Amino acid sequence: MNRLGPSLATRWVIGILVGAFFAVPLVSTFLFTLRDPEGGLSFARWTALFDPAAAATLKPIWTGLGNSLILAVVTVAIVLLLLAPTMILVNLRFPKLKPAFEFAVLLPISIPAIVLVVGLAPIYLQIGRAFGTGTWTLAFAYGITVLPFAFRSIQASIDAADLRTLSEAARSLGASWPTVVLKVLAPNLRQGLLAASLISIAVVLGEFTIASLLNRQVFQTAMVVVNKQDPYAPAIFTLLALVFVFLLLLVIGRVARGTGKARS
Amino acid sequence: MTLDHALPRTKDNLLLARAGEGTRVELQGIVKSYAGNRVLHGVDLDIAPGEFVSLLGPSGCGKTTLLRVLAGLEGADEGAVLLGGGDVSRVPTNKRDIGMVFQSYSLFPHLRVAENTAFGLRRRGIGKADAARRAVDALALVGLADFADRFPHQLSGGQQQRVALARALVTEPKVLLLDEPLSALDAKVRVQLRDEIRRIQLRLGITTVFVTHDQEEALAVSDRIAVMSAGRIEQIGSPEQLYTTPSTAGVAAFVGLSSVVSGVAEGDHVMVWGQRLPLQSPADGPVDVFVRPENVYFASEADAATDALVEESTFLGSMRRTLVRTESGELVRVQHAPGIHPSFGDRVRIAVAPEPVAVHPRG
Repeated sequence: MNRLGPSLATRWVIGILVGAFFAVPLVSTFLFTLRDPEGGLSFARWTALFDPAAAATLKPIWTGLGNSLILAVVTVAIVLLLLAPTMILVNLRFPKLKPAFEFAVLLPISIPAIVLVVGLAPIYLQIGRAFGTGTWTLAFAYGITVLPFAFRSIQASIDAADLRTLSEAARSLGASWPTVVLKVLAPNLRQGLLAASLISIAVVLGEFTIASLLNRQVFQTAMVVVNKQDPYAPAIFTLLALVFVFLLLLVIGRVARGTGKARS
Repeated sequence: MTLDHALPRTKDNLLLARAGEGTRVELQGIVKSYAGNRVLHGVDLDIAPGEFVSLLGPSGCGKTTLLRVLAGLEGADEGAVLLGGGDVSRVPTNKRDIGMVFQSYSLFPHLRVAENTAFGLRRRGIGKADAARRAVDALALVGLADFADRFPHQLSGGQQQRVALARALVTEPKVLLLDEPLSALDAKVRVQLRDEIRRIQLRLGITTVFVTHDQEEALAVSDRIAVMSAGRIEQIGSPEQLYTTPSTAGVAAFVGLSSVVSGVAEGDHVMVWGQRLPLQSPADGPVDVFVRPENVYFASEADAATDALVEESTFLGSMRRTLVRTESGELVRVQHAPGIHPSFGDRVRIAVAPEPVAVHPRG
């Protein structure tokens, strides 16, 4: 046992306090959703989600959820088809650019979303002209906001694999560059790519500021809209979204542990 | 594992049945610089079909860069690479028809041994079943046919390099390039695999270029050795030529073990410790003389010789090597029978056998 660490009692106290900090709002929200219109506690608010009468009120949430899922898919595509190949290229062919590249991709984490939107607004005027104003176009902005998270996951896998030797071996055996990337490098970066994809989905599902300021309807903005008419439904969806993201983080954790194992 | 088990019968093995004459490899005036720092200074090398040539030299001498230029993994600033008479200088690596084994383990971790071995065949459009059959033939050649279903992490380092060798050979490339493939292995496996590579190379008749910094390795397997230093080939010749008649001090110092003693050259001979030794090439004046340990022996009082004090003595199995310091302060290695046990501080007399020696003007 580490004698420098806190005692068992102290650790329990810290654990209970931190647990309560997270649990109290969640339990309160859950109890709130159980409040029956006629008094007492019941699942009436939960079953009401599937009531045809409430369909009109809840429609923005379903639309927003659909939009967010599409955005998640496009954002993951940007990560896998643009970021990952660029990282492979930088690591293999332009290693001197690595520090500058890393600085650039980590930058969005230090820029508040609202500042990002100020810069993005005029760009979205052009995007609107080129691609229309479909909600999916938000993925270009989300592609930037997920960069730091996706970069870290993929870089961990790249550091664990000897990309140079693998690609040179594949080249010497007659593989073209697309074959090298798809058949040799991607399978060896699988865990990093999976973790980057999952974390991108989590970020996209939780994003509010950019979507709201650029007037796009996504899951989070829809919740605010519906909340004005029915505060219970957004609370239920918030809980469900938290459970989903929690499960997603568990998967990411398992994937990350897999990467660690592969490295050892 | 012995090679008798490892090598299958020729008529059963497609790879052996197709063993050919090999391809001529020519490097002409290869110049390569990194960020203004020239690492290859116009290197010329002509390798005969089926020949096993080693590029030998210390770290940073340019031997790996030369191999990478030959493989197409680095582009040369000047010069040409010819395979079988055709200029491939501008041909990308994947179209050069080479096989390469790397220093670090380069098997694809996500593919089984059989899939790794068949990788090059599949890239050449060969069907899955045919590729699998030829992969097993190649694995049989390195004695690993029973390991086809394993993943690389389930193999030892030596087995991984054997699979890498099978993978490089299975496509029947024009030239086999070996970039220090043994350096990550332990001593016993290294010797075993080294000999196996040579025997397989001889059976297949494939032109092979082997990069190593280990002179013992190069001496053991090569038809010819190119000793490199500072981006140039200092000398190229058979192992015997390099060992017995090194053309420069650098080669003499790098190939085999030499002691450097002072002497005075007079035309075709040099005087060392009052002894007259023949010279490999004529010289005059004060010179450094390169003396092999096996040519130095413990002399009797009557011999023309010099007195020396024992510094240390190392037991090497079939022989013993003793380091002595002469009266003039030169350190000389003596190779002798293991039955003689000199101790630190013992006074001895040493002499040199009258074999031709290499010298270098003392600067």
